[in-house]
Amino acid sequence: MPESPDTTDALLEVEDLRVSFATRGGVIKAVDGLSMRVGRKEVVGIVGESGSGKSVSMYSIIGLLRDPNVSITGSVKFQGREILGLSDKELRTIRGRDIAMIFQDPMTALTPVYTVGWQITEQIRTHTDLTKHQAQARAIDLLAEVGIPDPARRVNQYPHEFSGGMRQRVVIAMALSCNPKLLIADEPTTALDVTTQAQILELMKKLQETYDSSIVLITHDMGVISEMADRVVVMYAGRPVEIGERREVIRQPLHPYTWGLLGAVPRVETKRSRLVTIPGNPVSPLNIPAGCAFGPRCAYRFDQCDERPPITGEGHLDACWLSSEQKVDLRRKIQEVTVES
Amino acid sequence: MFSFVVRRVISAVLVMFAISVLVFLIFFATPGVDPAARIAGRSATPQVLAQVKHEFGLDRPLPVRYALMMEHLFIKQDLTSYVNIGDPVVPQIMAAAPVTISLVLGASVIWLLVGVAGGVVAAANRGKFIDPLIMFLGIAAISVPAYWLGEVVNLITQSKLHSSVFSWVPQSGYVSPSVSIGQWALHLLFPWLTLAALYAGIYARVLRAELVNALNEDYVRTARAKGLSERRILLRHALRCSLISIVSLFGLDFGALIGGAALLTEVVFGLPGVGQLTYTSLQNLDLPVIMGCVMYGAFFVVLANMVVDILYGFLDPRVRLA
Amino acid sequence: MAGLAVLVFVVTICLLAPVYASHIAHVNPFTSNVQGTTTIHGKVVAVLQTNTLGIGVTPIGPTWDLSHYFLGADNQGRDVFARLLYGGRTSLLIGSLSALICVVVASLLGVIAGYFGGVVDWILSRIFDIVWAFPIYLLAISLSVVLLTSGLNLGPIHIGPGSMMLPILIIAMVFVPYVARPLRGIVLSLREREFIQAAIGSGASDARIILKEILPNVTPSIIVFFPLMVAFNMLTESALSFLSIGVQPPNASWGTIINDGLGLLYTRPWVAMAPGIMIVITAGSLNILGDGARDAFDPKAKLRGSI
Repeated sequence: MPESPDTTDALLEVEDLRVSFATRGGVIKAVDGLSMRVGRKEVVGIVGESGSGKSVSMYSIIGLLRDPNVSITGSVKFQGREILGLSDKELRTIRGRDIAMIFQDPMTALTPVYTVGWQITEQIRTHTDLTKHQAQARAIDLLAEVGIPDPARRVNQYPHEFSGGMRQRVVIAMALSCNPKLLIADEPTTALDVTTQAQILELMKKLQETYDSSIVLITHDMGVISEMADRVVVMYAGRPVEIGERREVIRQPLHPYTWGLLGAVPRVETKRSRLVTIPGNPVSPLNIPAGCAFGPRCAYRFDQCDERPPITGEGHLDACWLSSEQKVDLRRKIQEVTVES
Repeated sequence: MFSFVVRRVISAVLVMFAISVLVFLIFFATPGVDPAARIAGRSATPQVLAQVKHEFGLDRPLPVRYALMMEHLFIKQDLTSYVNIGDPVVPQIMAAAPVTISLVLGASVIWLLVGVAGGVVAAANRGKFIDPLIMFLGIAAISVPAYWLGEVVNLITQSKLHSSVFSWVPQSGYVSPSVSIGQWALHLLFPWLTLAALYAGIYARVLRAELVNALNEDYVRTARAKGLSERRILLRHALRCSLISIVSLFGLDFGALIGGAALLTEVVFGLPGVGQLTYTSLQNLDLPVIMGCVMYGAFFVVLANMVVDILYGFLDPRVRLA
Repeated sequence: MAGLAVLVFVVTICLLAPVYASHIAHVNPFTSNVQGTTTIHGKVVAVLQTNTLGIGVTPIGPTWDLSHYFLGADNQGRDVFARLLYGGRTSLLIGSLSALICVVVASLLGVIAGYFGGVVDWILSRIFDIVWAFPIYLLAISLSVVLLTSGLNLGPIHIGPGSMMLPILIIAMVFVPYVARPLRGIVLSLREREFIQAAIGSGASDARIILKEILPNVTPSIIVFFPLMVAFNMLTESALSFLSIGVQPPNASWGTIINDGLGLLYTRPWVAMAPGIMIVITAGSLNILGDGARDAFDPKAKLRGSI
């Protein structure tokens, strides 16, 4: 477990990021005030339901949101340099080289008409001065590193000749080809079966050590978080509701939504007869209630919740009006019930 | 790969066979129609009628008649016109073919360049002014009847502005390249442009739609994440994937046109190609010639279909395994 | 939406053709009017005027006066504008009717082929291939040539040689594969989707599945095809009529009028120009309509600018 990140040396600093879309139905606030840090060699997990803004936030940071109706405000500093508001041309030198991103569905992530070797060398030669020959050699090395057997032959194969899990490895190899400092992984294992999932996660962990890079891992699966993340950001309706070290968030969560999320994870050791679900439906992005966004679905809602809670705390932050004693108390009750049933 | 090709060839042959049967049935077996009178043409004498009946075995059963016709057309190659008595059909078609090929080759180069450029520019600038402009031009191009456009072009170049702007435009007609390449191209210039207009419109629109779809695909998102420039993504990724459908479309159109589908353009510009031959034989109801032209045309369409199918295998690696 | 407005305008004025002819222009656009006269600026003028060289006659040019000979006369002395409107009715009628027949037949065949698969699909697909492999114009022309002189006598169906049903049916049939094949493709992929599998598994009858599950999903495509097919068919009809194997006299369509105008092209260009312009405008607005329909039904159309 790496030490807590040195806050003066953060790799990525996000300050009050807000992303909204102007649509015919109204303004959608996809991300509403996200502030977070990613330190060196750190794995930060962003967890939340669909529509929580977890993906949109990361897309907006590296300039992948191209909708003319989008408005992005706030501050994003990468290695101390402000990157929000940079032109696409400038962002392109960062994208793929210093910050890499991989996506959910490996089956459609690669261009079908070019070999995987071609696609990897394309990225290498865009960002470095390597010759075709050198880039090709590097591509073969990368494929070997991600565990693809017989890489010298397979480098000339087309994407459809690889299985889903293999394709995701190729995608990871491609992403790491220019030694990025930060890898953003958007649900990298959701489209894979459970066994492959475990393998890919293990691979990512190993590579993180080798490459000295940080990872932002976006997922809806608390199980993945508990395996991979050093720190966790829990998002709901575009807002961060809890941020902290993984151990603390999982053992001593401070927000009712997190309680729900954790309760929904099936655990072998507890004798629970039914999975706990969070009542209600995910909030519609056009209808975010004033005040606490989670209010309508929260069992512990009270009057104060009509006002939007700020996210506060030291080291372990949460956005909930309940007092610390109340939180500890309620949490203990839930955990007891969990163990007993 | 080899079995893929073989299967396609067999399929093509079968379809050609079916087309020949269809042509035969249309001209010889439509109920209420007298085949002998059809073949002999409108101005036949009773002697010619009797000769036709015997020659084509019209008193024999249908399959035999079919076999006889095929024999006349393909094997003996002595199918003769009954309007221009004695003129063999096949050489006529062969003489007309180079004209059509000249027309189609030139036009296809123009329409490919214009159409692809139009589609790419429109897709690259989607949402800005030039995009709907190009699309509007495309719609205009496909709404124009080709023959009418030819007449308008003639009107402008031969009559209205002939003495001023277009004095260099020659009279309609065809000059063989062996006589003079310059004159060959000059005579074909406006026919090329007229024929290309319609297809350029189609191709620009189809390509733009394909490109815009491609640009929303996941692999393009990956390419952006890799830090590639928009231009590279458009040209090397999106276009390459969209080309597949454009190439198949082109193959089919090219095949159909070589086979004489440009007949209206040929007629309007006075080019003695296969299309015009079909047209005049229609006017004279010269059935042997019509039959020959139809089979010729159908052959190229089927051939083009087959080539396109095979080409698909080369262009799209995913198909090769199928 | 501008497309729709233009289209409605065109259709309306064509439908009103008889009104115009009898009440406004007081002409009969179908009978020869070689000896006729008309009044221009108060002077009585012959409709067909002797040429300056004394050889042959030239019809009068456009008067730009809606009450008579707005676009001039053709070589039979008939009012071109009135004929234009009547021709429009014919062209639109043939275009829409054949498109309707084509789309209905193609939907039927396409759905059956895609849904039932197996032998039925194989046979239908081969038929589509053959009909489509025939260069369309050649097929339409061949059929027209053969059927036009003697009509169609097929069992209970008797269609006279001059009837407009002939071009309508021929054009409709020739384009069936064009519509049927994509529809079949859609049905094929629909068939593999879970909700269809579920319906089949629950024992619903084929007819029910087709009507309730497949048709609603295929209908948007059908709706998009229709205006495009009307445009296509109109263009094909005009080509056939131009070649004199489409609409037969005394009926007129835009194609026949263009043909009429050929001989007058360099002297009285409007006779040939006007119908062409009408075709471009009508087909163009139909195409725009088709595009609009496609965008309306395509949920991805809104995402044109995002990731």
